[in-house]
Amino acid sequence: MGVTTEARLDAQKLRADFPIFEQPMHGKPLAYLDSAASSQKPRQVLDAMTAFYETSYANVHRGVYELAERATEGLEAAREKTRAFVNAPSAREIVFLRNATEALNLVAYSWGFNNLGPGDLVLVTELEHHSNYVPWQYVAGKTGASFRMLPLDDQGELRLDLLDEAAAGGDMKVVATGLVSNSLGTVNQVEHLARWAHEQGAIMVCDAAQAAPHRTLDVQALGADFIAVSGHKMCGPSGIGFLWGRSELLESMEPFLLGGHMIRKVGFEATTWGELPHKFEAGTSPMAEAVGLGAAIDYLSAVGMEAIERYEQELAGYALERLAELPWVTSYGPPAERRAGIVSFNVEGVHPHDVAQILDHEGIAIRAGHHCCQPLMTKLGVTATNRASFYLYTEQSEVDRLVAGLHRVREVFA
Amino acid sequence: MSSEGFEELYRDVILDHYKNPRGHGEMQKPDAQADGVNPLCGDEVSIFVSFAEDGDTIEEVKFQGRGCAISQASTSMLTEMVKGRSAVAVAAMNREELLDEVGIPLTPVRLKCALLGLGVLKVALHRSKGTPLPEEWAGLEELELK
Repeated sequence: MGVTTEARLDAQKLRADFPIFEQPMHGKPLAYLDSAASSQKPRQVLDAMTAFYETSYANVHRGVYELAERATEGLEAAREKTRAFVNAPSAREIVFLRNATEALNLVAYSWGFNNLGPGDLVLVTELEHHSNYVPWQYVAGKTGASFRMLPLDDQGELRLDLLDEAAAGGDMKVVATGLVSNSLGTVNQVEHLARWAHEQGAIMVCDAAQAAPHRTLDVQALGADFIAVSGHKMCGPSGIGFLWGRSELLESMEPFLLGGHMIRKVGFEATTWGELPHKFEAGTSPMAEAVGLGAAIDYLSAVGMEAIERYEQELAGYALERLAELPWVTSYGPPAERRAGIVSFNVEGVHPHDVAQILDHEGIAIRAGHHCCQPLMTKLGVTATNRASFYLYTEQSEVDRLVAGLHRVREVFA
Repeated sequence: MSSEGFEELYRDVILDHYKNPRGHGEMQKPDAQADGVNPLCGDEVSIFVSFAEDGDTIEEVKFQGRGCAISQASTSMLTEMVKGRSAVAVAAMNREELLDEVGIPLTPVRLKCALLGLGVLKVALHRSKGTPLPEEWAGLEELELK
């Protein structure tokens, strides 16, 4: 790779690590502007997984033979890399799961069902992805707790001035919010929200799926109690993500899934649970996927998270400037300095699916739809938006191609 | 699909129906009415039907909606196709008949856009006349036909 944390990120050079870009799309180079949905994978990640399967594969933990030990070592080394990546105090606090959605469900089920009841309040935000919204709405409904939503201002930023109002007339028990909005790119003030949540005696649950791939994530500095991350958005494979939680909370919680590996002792009368993190990792772990996630963390760390954040912010700023040149395009969300590399917009008179379909034929992949944020779409007064999202392999020229593609859309629908 | 494929998709007749939808509007006292959405795209279509004196011939059909060009254009085309036909015949109308008229290559995702209007119309007729909802709609369970 040859890129250090000090140097400016060289997207053109990094692209060579990603085999997907070797194939043309509709006869044109692929401009993949949908990394917020899922990222592409560098060869380093694919190779690490193949090597694991070819040389170290067996089931983990229980085996006493050499291969099983190697496999266990691979899984646990990935856990340690993950711990270091988010600056968690202990690897026991890293629970490997399928993705951020499963992590958020784990907290909602395991913590929520045992700690919520009538008179309690659960606060989500109008910006929330459905994965940190629907589980809380469901668990609140089942337990008799009240489900509330913190509104946004016109720039797509949280109305922190309304927090105390949101807490009126009940016991605030859960504050659930994303660190970076998947549809507007808004960077939320989670440190502030975590402090406020703790003053209320509530836990702070943070969906960091859109943050972890793109910026330094320090769980101790952030002050939240739970952090959920998906591996596939950060150059890792699909099928692996993780939950970080404070050990004292994780220890106090009931298991979410039951079965093999998560037990201490199984008897006919009763079963006792294993230690952290195994209590929450029933069944065979996604071992090769964990190794892939570890390789992705190595890759991102070598590029440098600060360089990635800075680069994507520049791209977002550039994209917002270019879109502002088009009077028939409406962009949503905060100014570039307070957003990540995500730009949502609409083209006057053209539905996002039509925009995306025409762009596809120009080799440009964007997302069109509600982005799993229907409450936000309602707020914006639209049913869907177009979303372009950037990553370390995105080149500025691809933003130019996007703008040229939008002119083409305009021509077709003129 | 070739790189020029979208021109095939967004051919003039589709764009014309999208920009100048036929039968667009509301009906004050419809004999039959239904709404539907395609949650994938957020397409919305409402259809209003009035019958002739025989109580079976579709005399007038109007629609309202918003969504992608494919959903709105195909619904517009549908209103032209069914006017003057009997409710029973339209309830039994094969989806290929509409798709032939639409005449563009559709991926499975966009197929749902194209068929939303026909689904909504069949629900309206079913409600008003008790006509059957054919089995082919079983494969389109993502559409919320209300």
